[in-house]
Amino acid sequence: MSPIPLSHILVVSAALFFIGMYGLLTRRNMITMLMAVELILNSVNINFVAFNKYLYPDKLEGVFFTLFIIAIAAAEAAVAIAIIINLYRNFHSIDVEDADEMKF
Amino acid sequence: MWVDIILSLRQELIVAVIIFLLLFIKIGAAAYRTEAMLHFINLLLLANLLLGFFQGGDATLFSGMFHTNRLIVLEKSMLNLATLIVSLQAYSWLKGHRQVLEFYMLLLSTLLGFFFMISSGNLLIFYLGLELSTIPLAALSSFDLEKRRSSEAAMKFILSSAFSSALLLFGISLLYGATGTLGFDTLAGRLDGSAFQLFAFIFILSGFAFKISAVPFHLWTADVYEGSPVTVTAYLSVVSKGAVFFIFILALYTVFKPLAGNWYKIVVLLSVLTMVTGNLFALRQDGLKRLLAFSSIAQSGFILAGITGSSRGGEASVIYFILVYIFSNLGAFGVVSFISAQTGRESVNDYRGLYATNPLLSWVMAISLFSLAGIPPTAGFFGKFFLLMAGAGKGNFVFIGIAALNMVISLYYYLRVIKAIFMDSQPEPIGKLKIPLLPKIAFLVCVAGIVMTGLVGGIYDYIYSLSKGF
Repeated sequence: MSPIPLSHILVVSAALFFIGMYGLLTRRNMITMLMAVELILNSVNINFVAFNKYLYPDKLEGVFFTLFIIAIAAAEAAVAIAIIINLYRNFHSIDVEDADEMKF
Repeated sequence: MWVDIILSLRQELIVAVIIFLLLFIKIGAAAYRTEAMLHFINLLLLANLLLGFFQGGDATLFSGMFHTNRLIVLEKSMLNLATLIVSLQAYSWLKGHRQVLEFYMLLLSTLLGFFFMISSGNLLIFYLGLELSTIPLAALSSFDLEKRRSSEAAMKFILSSAFSSALLLFGISLLYGATGTLGFDTLAGRLDGSAFQLFAFIFILSGFAFKISAVPFHLWTADVYEGSPVTVTAYLSVVSKGAVFFIFILALYTVFKPLAGNWYKIVVLLSVLTMVTGNLFALRQDGLKRLLAFSSIAQSGFILAGITGSSRGGEASVIYFILVYIFSNLGAFGVVSFISAQTGRESVNDYRGLYATNPLLSWVMAISLFSLAGIPPTAGFFGKFFLLMAGAGKGNFVFIGIAALNMVISLYYYLRVIKAIFMDSQPEPIGKLKIPLLPKIAFLVCVAGIVMTGLVGGIYDYIYSLSKGF
């Protein structure tokens, strides 16, 4: 059985990146937009782990970076959801189209 | 050994100690008088500024993760000074607020993040510092919890900053794949300008451009600046932007130096777009916060013009301009913040006839706006002059001509505010306001800073002697 080549993994991560980008730009629900950002972060994680394992296996810099990204993504999601809950109390909606007090 | 580490990290340690002190006061103290607490915190911040000021030597800690030198210490002292001024100006707003301690904990966490970001010698520490500053900033912009605009601004800020960090991270991960290292010193040696590395660099540059609100990545700026409490807006526009510019110039001049031929064109394009768009949108604004938001976008364009110089003078002029910008922008935002906290009025038309009732506030506003516009006796003129001189070093005179023309356009909207204050009148002008001691000190520091940094020539020479150059 031959190992999976690096390019296959990079295709997965690039696809995940663009799915996340597409979701962020098209979805109007704030929670879904937050999930789209998490998809992008996951594609970054895949990149780091794959590069580390295939190209630079003697050092663990990529894996460590991944651990930090996971932790910070959790912190970011916590603050973002707190902000969204507060916004829901003010606007009674979590649709970005409804939060349009400021324009131009 | 331990003494060396503590001395090199002293500015970070002092800020961390203050954060924990406030946390313990929050847990331990049952009730406190808000005004006494505000005076106490401002004293702590003053001590923080003074203790950080004395110069240490160069140091590299934690196997290259963290490094410091005299220029970085100076930059951190500038951020400390700006935070102190913001805190003094926040007095009249925070006096009626219940969560004073939480405000300062979040504010100082962002400052700590900026310190680590500026001193970083590794992309990991850079990212951690950036996030340590961004996440509390989003919470801060939602600090007026019951105001709809504040929560909308916070939502826009957290979503766009999460997206921009994700872009930055994607770029970093590709760069790691291309070079196999994350340290700044080893990274520069392994960049050769291949297509893959340029692709990664574009992502990283977009992440930076989001944070400094360069056009076309500026769309969040005006809304976040308008919706956040004015104090937070002042902090965002000065401390946050200044800190990101410090690390941006370090990254471009040292880490991405091998790609200089490529990034020069991109930064010139960003600079022109940022100046023109910022100025044109500022022309049509009636709200002062939004006007200052677009003016700060335009100022970013001028700073980018200085960065394109790629010389020792370029670095020195950017740092000097940020010092000037701290005083002039905080002077203008301080007046807006004070009047907004007292009367709730924030549009240009509300300021008509202000000179008749509040001469001191009018003069602070006028001097700050003259400095932002770059009128000769103020420091803003010298700041912009050095920036354009540095940019002109490359011989791209069409670009410098566009920048000079933009300075003329920007006069229109700055002078419109000054005309409203000094020449117009209205039936219900803003009443006579009594300025408490702390905001008054902040205003005087700003005006003194605007006048002195321009006239004392030694300041620019000192910054020039510290900067490393290209």
